[in-house]
Amino acid sequence: MSVVAGWYNVGKRYGSVAAVDDVSLELRAGEATALVGQNGAGKTTLIKLLLGLVRPDAGSVRISGLDPAGASGSHARHALGFLPENVAFHGAMTGRELMAFYARLKRASAVRNAALLERVGIAHAADRRVGTYSKGMRQRLGVAQALIGDPQLLVFDEPTSGLDPASRRDMYDMIDALRAAGATVLMSTHGLVEIEPHVHRVAILHGGRLRATGTLAELRNESRAEARIVVRTRPCCTGQVLAALPAGARCSHRSDTSLTLEVKPQAKVALLRAVLAAGDAVEDVEVHTAGLQELYRDLIDEPDDE
Amino acid sequence: MNTLTIAVQEIRVGLRNRWALATTVLLAALALSLTLVGSAPTGAVKAERLAVVVVSLASLTIFLVPLLALLLSFDAIVGEHERGTLTLLLAYPVARWQVVIGKWLGGGAILAIATVLGYGSAALALWANGSVSAGAWKAFGGMVLTSVLLGASFVAMGCLASTLVRERATAAGLAVGVWLFFVLLYDTTLLGVLVADQGRVVGKGALDALLLFNPADVYRLFNMTATESVSVYSGMAGPGDPAGLPPWAYLGALLLWSLVPLALSVLAFRRRAV
Repeated sequence: MSVVAGWYNVGKRYGSVAAVDDVSLELRAGEATALVGQNGAGKTTLIKLLLGLVRPDAGSVRISGLDPAGASGSHARHALGFLPENVAFHGAMTGRELMAFYARLKRASAVRNAALLERVGIAHAADRRVGTYSKGMRQRLGVAQALIGDPQLLVFDEPTSGLDPASRRDMYDMIDALRAAGATVLMSTHGLVEIEPHVHRVAILHGGRLRATGTLAELRNESRAEARIVVRTRPCCTGQVLAALPAGARCSHRSDTSLTLEVKPQAKVALLRAVLAAGDAVEDVEVHTAGLQELYRDLIDEPDDE
Repeated sequence: MNTLTIAVQEIRVGLRNRWALATTVLLAALALSLTLVGSAPTGAVKAERLAVVVVSLASLTIFLVPLLALLLSFDAIVGEHERGTLTLLLAYPVARWQVVIGKWLGGGAILAIATVLGYGSAALALWANGSVSAGAWKAFGGMVLTSVLLGASFVAMGCLASTLVRERATAAGLAVGVWLFFVLLYDTTLLGVLVADQGRVVGKGALDALLLFNPADVYRLFNMTATESVSVYSGMAGPGDPAGLPPWAYLGALLLWSLVPLALSVLAFRRRAV
């Protein structure tokens, strides 16, 4: 798969704080990637590095093979659409006027602006001053300007923060539609759970370092978070099940009719097989894989002094 | 192209928030009142009215136009930064120098339009009331042209202040400082130095050079000595040669007063973290 953009061993310090530390990550064509991390994890700095707004202290950044902060950086930004965190506009201008301005900067025809405003659902407010827009409407205008000129790469910084549930859903629908149309999408968020269905890959940042990259299934497998399996048995048959357990499984709770077992994700299937082999002593089995939130906590809780 | 797009946007914003209108009305009102009221003393002597207007308008311009220019430009960059619109603008295929030059062009254009319309209305009023000599027209034209250049140079300095600092309030303070320094303090200080020096160190050549280091003085020299009829009313005519430089030198100096701050502003903006 071709690489649209990438960070290669990138470092950026602000004073004594390492905002980004030795991060390497590639965005592949047609993939949606989420940058997940808490406030101050380095998500926005990574995005600014990608846009060429900030120069890296170490390593390099490339968009379509070009250095975005270099002399030809403005070429690299032609095929890019950006929605900043807390997007703001000049309040005295109308939505239509701002779209025309941004289209001119991108050398894109203004003919499609009206359709873009329609698509994000603010066509009715196109001739109102942006100063009168609500936060949700500004965000929609922000998406509309990012879509000017059909960019190959879309970068959304915290696209859903501060939005009501309906606007959030619209935002995700929009991102899904863009993905389906083959665009490469990068978005940052702190809500890992919320974005799961909308991205292919997740990159987890903490303290400026990349803690993990991969699909959620891959992350689950790498994670140390254990799966929990609750087995309900006929009365007094728990011992029989316990005896059949493979190595690596741990019983955290035992009663007359139930067992709670903790197991590494990799050993989950083997354990289930062993439990089911106990025959009709087992009445029911519940499997709880690590929730995303636990997974996330587990990934960012790694010791800092490695 | 991007530069022009940004400049046009700047002008549109200026039109939208009534800045352009307010500036034009202010300049027109002052010019017209100087023309109509200021023409009274010329009745007795054989004075040319437009020449008198050039002198009074030029004196007014020196105080007012730099102030308007700085007000128009001090938040060009820092204001965008504080509103949060700068990140988005720079994420477009736009080079940083284009942003600075575009902002300067836009601010300068608003001021130029206001000056031409405002002062032009005064000239029209005079022309409607009587004949004006070709020489006086030339002086008036030169005055309008240099007013535009003076405005542009202070817009450039405002842009520089705007790129150097991180907060809008600091930029405003800096702009006021620039105005005080060039419009009020520079001449007073220079006068003090001349009096104390008694011509020992600072000779005529040095004085001419020192005056070039202030765009307001360049403007004054150009306009007060523009034509013979003007220099009579400005008090610059007399046995001593008031200015040693040809007009194009003053125009060039004024232009440099735009270009140098602009170049510094571009350099500062390229280093600025967004």
